[in-house]
Amino acid sequence: MPWTQISCQYDGTYPGFLCCVFDCYVAREEPVEFHTPDDMCCSLYPLRTVDTDQAHALRVYRSFAKFGAEGQRLAVRTFLTCLPDKELWLWRLIRMGYELGPKIGSCLTDPTVDRVRKAVWHLEHEAHMYKGFARFSELDGVLVGEIEPKNRVLPLLRPHFCSRYPQENLVLHDRTHSEVLLHRPGPRSWTIIPVDSFQAGPAGLEELTYRKLWRAFYNTIAIEGRYNPKCRMTHMPKRYWAMMTEFQEDWDTALPQVSSLPCKTET
Amino acid sequence: MELLDKLNILADAAKYDAACTSSGLDRGGRPGTIGNTTLAGCCHSFSADGRCISLLKVLQTNFCVYDCQYCVNRKSNDVPRAAFTPEELCELTMGFYRRNYIEGLFLSSAVIQNPDYTTELMIQTLRILRERHRFGGYIHAKAIPGADPLLTRRLGLLADRLSVNIELPSSPSLALLAPDKKKEAILTPMGQIRDGITASKAEVAVYRHAPRFAPAGQSTQMIVGATPETDRHILTLTQALYDRYQLKRVFYSAYMPVSSSPLLPVAENFKPPLLREHRLYQADWLLRYYHFRAEEILDEDQPDLDPRMDPKCCWALRHLEFFPVEVNRADYEALLRVPGLGVRSAKRILRARRVGPLTFEGLKRLGVVLKRAQYFLTCSGRMMAGLQVSEDGLLRHMVSLEAPALAAPMPEQLSLFDDAG
Repeated sequence: MPWTQISCQYDGTYPGFLCCVFDCYVAREEPVEFHTPDDMCCSLYPLRTVDTDQAHALRVYRSFAKFGAEGQRLAVRTFLTCLPDKELWLWRLIRMGYELGPKIGSCLTDPTVDRVRKAVWHLEHEAHMYKGFARFSELDGVLVGEIEPKNRVLPLLRPHFCSRYPQENLVLHDRTHSEVLLHRPGPRSWTIIPVDSFQAGPAGLEELTYRKLWRAFYNTIAIEGRYNPKCRMTHMPKRYWAMMTEFQEDWDTALPQVSSLPCKTET
Repeated sequence: MELLDKLNILADAAKYDAACTSSGLDRGGRPGTIGNTTLAGCCHSFSADGRCISLLKVLQTNFCVYDCQYCVNRKSNDVPRAAFTPEELCELTMGFYRRNYIEGLFLSSAVIQNPDYTTELMIQTLRILRERHRFGGYIHAKAIPGADPLLTRRLGLLADRLSVNIELPSSPSLALLAPDKKKEAILTPMGQIRDGITASKAEVAVYRHAPRFAPAGQSTQMIVGATPETDRHILTLTQALYDRYQLKRVFYSAYMPVSSSPLLPVAENFKPPLLREHRLYQADWLLRYYHFRAEEILDEDQPDLDPRMDPKCCWALRHLEFFPVEVNRADYEALLRVPGLGVRSAKRILRARRVGPLTFEGLKRLGVVLKRAQYFLTCSGRMMAGLQVSEDGLLRHMVSLEAPALAAPMPEQLSLFDDAG
């Protein structure tokens, strides 16, 4: 007998989603849409409200080990992507995973796996770009940076920047998702928390000097005879430029003041 | 002189170095230090010419005792000269590194006084960086040909990657344009670095804390287009360098007119051979990742790479008997020979075909570039539906995919009369 189709309401967090998976399997129900309490929508499907239970979430999370290394990576990371209806795709992937086990990592031509894999690739690629393109300013001994990613890249950037700056106080703000990564010296002393507003103080003289030096270096290092703007844009799309020191002419504020572009989602 | 002016002069003098990679070594950051390196490397920006900026690429100094004709820093050239003190350069590197502008330092130098003195200056800079600032990021240092082997060894213990520029692809060219440099003087440090790396790897295998000598390997670069060598010569040399000196990378740098020497191409209206450089890099990739040999890519009848098409397509068109390759059965090496299939898609094919046979639809999902690969593949014994191309048409079609302007048949002067006379 096919599973009853329902509409799932949860708190929008990853543990919340894992509890949806738990409850749906217990009640043998098939979610056809997911939404959070804030979404103003009504549905023809019966509504199931799922309460987040950390113990249930952990059980589901641990069960992803059955999917093999590749399947587990997809199941964990898809939730961070900007894939439209990511919950639904993830639900389909998880159902396939329980059915196929580690084989799911090889089903590269399956439409669900393909869609999810490409979304995760987009996430990881963006995270890799930000490892290089994020810029920090030193403000009163704290390194402050801002990024504007499409996907939620902070959890992926965290290990890199914590390893790179073990002795630094670090703040990295994600404008799109209003989250901030905080790090201070010491083992495991980092956190990613949501913030309502983010305002950095003015830049000091030393900071301004380094920005000037960097812009000078950037402009000098290009060879005029090989000018190739298209190649530059291929490797470094323009949406990253707004936050980068080398493209800010006389920018002596703490951080660049650019209007936040609406997040365009990949389809 | 102000730091800003020095940076301008010494970055300008270093910009003709092609290598700017921070790859080849995975080293996590440790408490009390600053910096890490990643295996794949990391690009921090791209300059207006489209080249990656990963390291702070500067010279220690551009005062030079040599007079190499192709070089912008030759002593007969009238340019502003400057030198960084080791402390200045370290402050600059750390300031940039903390702000995530760079992945590390690329330190090269013109030869001031003599090779030993120059190397000592560089060692001093790197020591301050590693010991006082506890810098754990990437350092690429240029070994100076002619320096004492012990100094080169100390340089390699501080740096992650060493490189010795081979400069020009043959010794006659070298004798002509760089009379102060000898082929042996370049190859000796290269051999020494290779032996140092091998010995260090063996030591690290036994004692975990043994000092690491150039753990990210060594590389080199040569100038293309200043002298008359053929692509075949360059590729054969490249292959020999990979085989004999275990280099990680060979970089090519299209000659830029920086000098009016009568020995070099005339500077007026000189176009740097950028397309040739691009084709050489493509061929270089075939050597390193695609199990090709230089003899296969070019032979005596065809000493230069075809500018119209990438070298792998050229090889495929000359070896049509090798194709079509059956996607569901072929081994990894055979898949890599198909135009439009890269290392990643070949590996994905190997994985995906374990769970079921692949179709052209499936290949598209895997990321195979079917517009090129379709002519060379079969899926379960079938070619792509509706595909009919003759051998000659295939060539023109492949060219049109890459460079539409070059695809038309060569124009030909029509004559009213048959060979009069």
